[in-house]
Amino acid sequence: MSNLFDLLVAGLATGAIYALVAVGFTLLWQTSQTINFAQGEFVMLPAFLMLAAMHVGAPFWLAIILGILLSMILLGLAFKMLLVDPMMRHGVLPLAIATMALAIGIKEAVKQFFSAEASPFPSIVPTGDITVLGHVVSLQSIGVLVVAILAVFGLTTLLNRTSLGHQMQAAAQNPTVARIIGVPVERMILLTFLINAFLVALASLLITPIYLAKFSSGEVLGQAAFIAAIVGGFNQVRGAIAGGLLIGVLDNLAASYISTQYRAAVPLIFLIVVILFRPQGLLGRAEERTV
Amino acid sequence: MKSTLLVGALLTAITTTGAFAQAIKLADVAELSGGGATVGTNWKNGIDLAIEEINAKGGVLGRKLEVTHADSQSNPGVARAQVQKALDAEPYVLLGPGYSGSVKVTAPLAAEAGITQIMGGEAAELTQAGNKFLFRTSFGQQSSMPKVAKYIHDDMKAKTVAVVWVNNDFGRGGRDVVIKELERLGSKVVADLSTEAGQADFAADVGKIKAANPDAVFVYLNEEESARILKELKRQGVTAPLMGETTLIGQKVIELAGDAANGARGHVGLTTDAPVDLIKGFRDRFSKKYNYVPDHNGLKGYLAVYMVKATTEKMGKVDSKAFADTLHGLTIKAADEPGILMDVTFDQNGDIDRQSFLVEVVEGKQVVKQVLPKVK
Repeated sequence: MSNLFDLLVAGLATGAIYALVAVGFTLLWQTSQTINFAQGEFVMLPAFLMLAAMHVGAPFWLAIILGILLSMILLGLAFKMLLVDPMMRHGVLPLAIATMALAIGIKEAVKQFFSAEASPFPSIVPTGDITVLGHVVSLQSIGVLVVAILAVFGLTTLLNRTSLGHQMQAAAQNPTVARIIGVPVERMILLTFLINAFLVALASLLITPIYLAKFSSGEVLGQAAFIAAIVGGFNQVRGAIAGGLLIGVLDNLAASYISTQYRAAVPLIFLIVVILFRPQGLLGRAEERTV
Repeated sequence: MKSTLLVGALLTAITTTGAFAQAIKLADVAELSGGGATVGTNWKNGIDLAIEEINAKGGVLGRKLEVTHADSQSNPGVARAQVQKALDAEPYVLLGPGYSGSVKVTAPLAAEAGITQIMGGEAAELTQAGNKFLFRTSFGQQSSMPKVAKYIHDDMKAKTVAVVWVNNDFGRGGRDVVIKELERLGSKVVADLSTEAGQADFAADVGKIKAANPDAVFVYLNEEESARILKELKRQGVTAPLMGETTLIGQKVIELAGDAANGARGHVGLTTDAPVDLIKGFRDRFSKKYNYVPDHNGLKGYLAVYMVKATTEKMGKVDSKAFADTLHGLTIKAADEPGILMDVTFDQNGDIDRQSFLVEVVEGKQVVKQVLPKVK
């Protein structure tokens, strides 16, 4: 058990990334009943946008800014206006299928324009170690964890402590009433899409130096985050955060103490158990169904 | 006028047909697109370079070599269809594919047709199925892993070793041989870790390696996963020396892993950085023609064609049925056939024996540290 601390730190760092991506699932679901199956590809794409900026000579810091801005335009604004809005009137299922098609489209486009091979990606966190409670921990793990926690903290503060956040929540909970009391619901929904785009760009920036930039890297991440969102509670931001951290830690502990060969199965089994005993997720609230 | 044209056309047809009859036809099926595009492109370019050189010097037994290239799309199913199509055209020898999985499904077709297949796959099992028409251009794991184990035991002085491998035909084959050899030599395997192809997160695997505290770590994964685990090993501060094979210290891995690749060592059957004059000459000619430095697959393709040349000249005739019999047990010396680059011997299974190299990554570059002798 001597490396339990290391496993926990590494698991929390990965889990924090899952949480960032999972939060996007819940935000879009709450405000616009959208299940975005391209969420993993949304994490993959910003890294390539940043690499493209660097290829044309932009320094890393500028590439980050450009990558985040382009992500917000493409994966926030354009995604909402060109795919979600037109498909929404056909219902949740056609929209979900459209996002699956979008995932394939993004993946194939990146493969065509860049390469099928992986590319290296610079890290915003310096390499090296620090000692925490007598354990040597990599700066990268700490950096990823801190940035992700700050992002989630910022988001929850925005949602719970600001007028803008309250308007967003009102728009999500009951758009009709929100409209009556003067909340600009459409603008709030657009803001949610932009926040999701920002979060996936941030996740991309943090995870790509470790996972490498590859057209298919969104598959694993999207699946893990989706499981995290369901486990935590699809309709609660705090649930997505808890689910992300839980899956990250569970995955690492399972791989270490149970079996590396069956590590991929452990989160799935956990998911089934949660769905069986608490369908709304660990921190989610049960939604009423009208018949 | 009409009759003149007709005679001219007939003469052209006869001449052309005569030239085709004279040419020795080879068929190549390689990974020209898909995940193995780098492998297949290097292999194809090596073949084309060798054919250009041989034809410029008068061909083989006075006949030109011709090759057709087909794309397996890095897919065993497509490879099988392409090989069947290539065999239907009755080539003298079949070249490729490079992926072990594709070789596994195509080798029975070539054997059934009685056509020799010279391929790039390295999985141990390929030449252990009794196929008399299958030949390697590089070491199989049964040849390379004993050298790896010997280096870990004798040179690294490792009493305890962690072995981490990818859970597919390639990884499992290497893992089985290296563990057997390590145990035979007296090194204890303290961690035996399987990982998945395409795995992104190696934190737990590296955590296990740290916990086992081995004297050395043997890493046997595909290139991208090798780069990811190298980064994670560095991230978690593992200081035990790292040993691998071609897939651990290839140029692409070094590019992806950056600083984390420094210090990694590996056994390579073929490298253009080898301190061998004939290989340096090949590297220069290849780089001049294609504007890049080839990986070991470029060497494999090049050698495959020179294997055809040397074997045919040894027979003194172009006889596809007798080709495999002649190549079994044949030693080709670089002094007699410079295109073969190093002395090489083919055994009764189609496996090869020749010198190989111990490479270390130093400041982002492969440096050959040791030339390892032939096994026999």
